[in-house]
Amino acid sequence: MSNIPRLRRGFRFQWEPAQQSHVLLYPEGMVRLNGSAGAILAEVNGARSRAEIIESLERQFPEAGSLAGDVDEFLTEATRQHWIEWP
Amino acid sequence: MNGAQDGVGPPLWLLAELTYRCPLQCPYCSNPLDYADQDRELSTEQWLDVLRQGRAMGAAQLGFSGGEPLVRTDLPELIAGARELGYYTNLITSGLGLTEAKVQAFADAGLDHIQVSFQASDPELNNAVAGSRKAFDQKLAMARAVKDAGYPMVLNFVIHRHNIHQMADILALCENLGADYVELATCQYYGWAFANREGLMPSKAQLVEAEATVNRYRSDLLSREHPMKVIFVTPDYYEERPKACMNGWGSLFLTVAPDGTALPCHSARLLPIDFPNVTEQSLEDIWYRSPGFNHYRGDQWMPEPCRSCDEKGKDFGGCRCQAYLLTGNADNADPVCGKSPHHDRILAARTAADHATTGLEELIFRNARNSRVICRS
Repeated sequence: MSNIPRLRRGFRFQWEPAQQSHVLLYPEGMVRLNGSAGAILAEVNGARSRAEIIESLERQFPEAGSLAGDVDEFLTEATRQHWIEWP
Repeated sequence: MNGAQDGVGPPLWLLAELTYRCPLQCPYCSNPLDYADQDRELSTEQWLDVLRQGRAMGAAQLGFSGGEPLVRTDLPELIAGARELGYYTNLITSGLGLTEAKVQAFADAGLDHIQVSFQASDPELNNAVAGSRKAFDQKLAMARAVKDAGYPMVLNFVIHRHNIHQMADILALCENLGADYVELATCQYYGWAFANREGLMPSKAQLVEAEATVNRYRSDLLSREHPMKVIFVTPDYYEERPKACMNGWGSLFLTVAPDGTALPCHSARLLPIDFPNVTEQSLEDIWYRSPGFNHYRGDQWMPEPCRSCDEKGKDFGGCRCQAYLLTGNADNADPVCGKSPHHDRILAARTAADHATTGLEELIFRNARNSRVICRS
């Protein structure tokens, strides 16, 4: 298992203006993501490592302090849901 | 303004029933009984226009269904158009008429997902239910082609009393084919399935055994950390509270039938309601302002026992089509509900399922001849 997450095959992440949120689309299903989940998944591109994702988010949201805990929690849940995988 | 109006959100899910034509004859088909006399179909340009309007309103999930959508020769064009608009595109197919070349061409056009339906886990039963001698081998080959082309794989099995004993074999077949999702969808009794209900509905004992088998398989998958997800839609005829049908009338789902009739679900055509057509009105007018779509929104239309029920916000009184088919009045509570004065009709169907002897070959198969015979009588 690598340290670089990517979206599982068949999953698509995009911004939906009508819902004013990021969504995760998959076969016959859709998850509406809250702001922080959307911000984290936007960083998951199959190239950035977990550490780089945290670093990038901390740069974008300097007032939020350390984000490692939040990011880990979400990535763990997203892995459990089989939304993302670690090839 | 395209956003929510008067508390009504956008249609996030658009189902495009491209055609009623189909090479199979499944006796539980959800198409209307009189489909054979409804052969008008929207043109390519009309469909693309519907897709554009739906997307602008906020639809994100798009299903291409039918009938068998593959009989439309413009399918690659519709897929490409949909993908360009930003839809997540699902092709819901029997697999008949599919080839490896088409599977690849659709992927190149941007198709996100192909759902292949099966009728059983073995060729004999599968082909008997489908009314086609070569269906099973073709489905297997196409399921493999879908997987090889890199799509997520969803396999769908419609479950009834003649195949419900096959759950373990069905799940093993799906795992073997590399399915990501398995839908075990018990027949919903509308359209052809309602006409054949007594010959399709499983008994309570069959259902209990099937659920136990599915649950055992699920635990096994979990213990192996296997990602295959199994969805078992059990028959609401064995419930005491109705399903929240379509998540509420005109709440998320918009179906467009082959001739452009817009419906809040793919069965609603059987209701005595005048539904709008996309060739005559904009999709936005249809969704937000047409009498057909507003007919059962909210709860002002509800008679008792729904009107004073504290669960009406949860199940919306159940399914309007089921209320209509079983009581003759679509306003009534869905008779699945134990509070419905018509619940005895559900109980009678359960009793009938315990004693049914209808053989598979005695079912009314969905074909043009039977369609015309039923609708003339």
